[in-house]
Amino acid sequence: MEEINALMQGFGVALSPFNLMLMFVGVILGIIIGVLPGLGGANGVAILLPLTFSMAQQPGGTTSAIILLSCIYWGALFGGAITSILFNIPGEPWSVATTFDGHPLAQQGRAGSALTAAFTSSFVGALIAVIMITFLSPVVAGFALKFGPPEFFAVYLLTFCAFVGMSGGNAAKTVASMMIGFALAAVGLDSVTGTLRLTFGFTSLLKGFDFLIAVIGLFGIGEILETLEEGLAFKGASAKINMKVVLETWKELPRYWATSVRSAAVGCFMGIVPGGATPASFMSYGLARRLSKDGKDFGNGVVEGVVAPETAAHAAGTSALLPMITLGVPGSPTAAVLLGGLLIWGLQPGPLLFVEKPDFVWGLIASMYLGNIAGLIVVLTCVPLFAAILRIPFSIIAPVIIVICAIGAYTVHNSMFDVYLMVIFGVIGYAFKKLGYPLAPMVLALVLGDRAEENFRNAIKGSQGDLAVFFSNGLVGGLTGLALFLLFWPLIKTLPRALQGKRAG
Amino acid sequence: MEKGTDRPAASTRAVEMGVAAVIFLFGLVVVIDSYRLGARWGDDGPQPGYFPFYVGLLICISGVTILVRGWRNSALAGESFVSREELKKILTVLVPTVVYVSLIVYLGFYVTSTLYIAYFMWHLGKYSWVKIVPVAVGVSVAFFLIFEIWFSVPLPKGPLEAALGLN
Repeated sequence: MEEINALMQGFGVALSPFNLMLMFVGVILGIIIGVLPGLGGANGVAILLPLTFSMAQQPGGTTSAIILLSCIYWGALFGGAITSILFNIPGEPWSVATTFDGHPLAQQGRAGSALTAAFTSSFVGALIAVIMITFLSPVVAGFALKFGPPEFFAVYLLTFCAFVGMSGGNAAKTVASMMIGFALAAVGLDSVTGTLRLTFGFTSLLKGFDFLIAVIGLFGIGEILETLEEGLAFKGASAKINMKVVLETWKELPRYWATSVRSAAVGCFMGIVPGGATPASFMSYGLARRLSKDGKDFGNGVVEGVVAPETAAHAAGTSALLPMITLGVPGSPTAAVLLGGLLIWGLQPGPLLFVEKPDFVWGLIASMYLGNIAGLIVVLTCVPLFAAILRIPFSIIAPVIIVICAIGAYTVHNSMFDVYLMVIFGVIGYAFKKLGYPLAPMVLALVLGDRAEENFRNAIKGSQGDLAVFFSNGLVGGLTGLALFLLFWPLIKTLPRALQGKRAG
Repeated sequence: MEKGTDRPAASTRAVEMGVAAVIFLFGLVVVIDSYRLGARWGDDGPQPGYFPFYVGLLICISGVTILVRGWRNSALAGESFVSREELKKILTVLVPTVVYVSLIVYLGFYVTSTLYIAYFMWHLGKYSWVKIVPVAVGVSVAFFLIFEIWFSVPLPKGPLEAALGLN
């Protein structure tokens, strides 16, 4: 078992005292970020990314840096459950389904069991996803080593088509948001020809738009504006949690093993497909309600109704890193920010990472196991502390968060222009959210825009401008075909007969 | 919030169509600039505007689609995008935030941040100055320690820091 050996070496890297400390720091910061309004996994990691620049330059520093940032991500995933259950405020979109049964439980005075169930299921979901990553990622990476520019572009195409096809909402809005991301990514110096594109003579646009600024503005400032409008009266249930409640809940949990396994499977699958965590949590909740014998009680506060979405959301959030490290295609906005971090530290995400930087990859994978254990310990012991953060009045916490966002935006390039841009992105984010434009495709397009374009250009350069290159062999043809299939999935779904005809052909 | 007491400042349809129009214009700008740069096949491969040209085209198409759908959807006309009350609340945050980021260049990050937090606590939280001053100053001092000293990430500084010799 080559993977096991590699993983053991990874544990060797991740278990150094410094990295272990970073894990706990990351998890705690992540939970705080997940609990606070206006800060979430994506912009939390984006704000803290500049702080890792100096760390990443030391030997072995990139591994420490990714451990810190990925643990912030795990922490944010855990933190979302706290606000959902205690305050009925989903800290993250994928925690919305957790409020359905989590908050009623808290109102009945069973907050302790709801939280224990949520954290434990999160942990189980993440663990199953990490095990999958451990064994599947070397296979995917090995497979992807054969990829050339047409294949890579086809993978990007697949990612973006999946967004449009799976968005469920308004496809035109998904396309608009995504293409705006691509257009913003194209601004500035064209790396191939050295031409200035879309700058219109403004020198501040020469560098182009940094996705980190967009993430901080769209998700941070935008969310603060949205929260403000809804008015803020945090009325939370008390957050007592003690060992007795934890053990009692743990005794109850094995009964829901079927729900756990099903939700984890849904989560793992949906996480690999981009944009997955939120739909995965809703889907598992729906499935559990339909298939459980207590289905009719769902919504009134049953533990199983917390187990299903939390397992799925964490499994999806974790498995979103699989395409990120193996193909360089992030499955979620936070994974996109982590990918951006790798690029800034000078690493090329993609299949070669497994060959060239095995320490980094396996250190990261090992830290996923350890980080989630650290997360479980921290949340189970410190819930009241984190819940207390939400009791800080909004008129204090909101300006502090905006100041943090401004500092984060400034430190990316030490540029004030970025801070102004952040405010503009904040207003865009607010309007887009209220009108139902998805923000994730824009962020992903901003991150991947240059790489997608580069691979597209190289691919059609090789074929002298003939788009048939994307169907030139089984591999690339299959990927492109799958992409088109997903793109037209909403149409195909309504025509079951046509679908069967397609399969036969 | 009751609809009767709080009149909408803009209907969802108006905002939907307005945003779609802006998106369309943005797409048009991208298309025109890409066309100017050359969106065809050059001597040695695709010209620089090739990829953005189609991106812009897709932006235009989706913008028009959203615009037409919004126009046809009369249900959205009665829906409030933002009420006057809500708009007022948002502006009380947005305007100071704009002032805040534009003052940073002159006064430095720390002084402006202190003033900004103080304004929020005074205007939204209605705190007394006895509470405002220690919190606002304390947060800025904490940020100073974290960024300047712990992580050695320098932030813009102004006359106060210069006077204190902290540059």
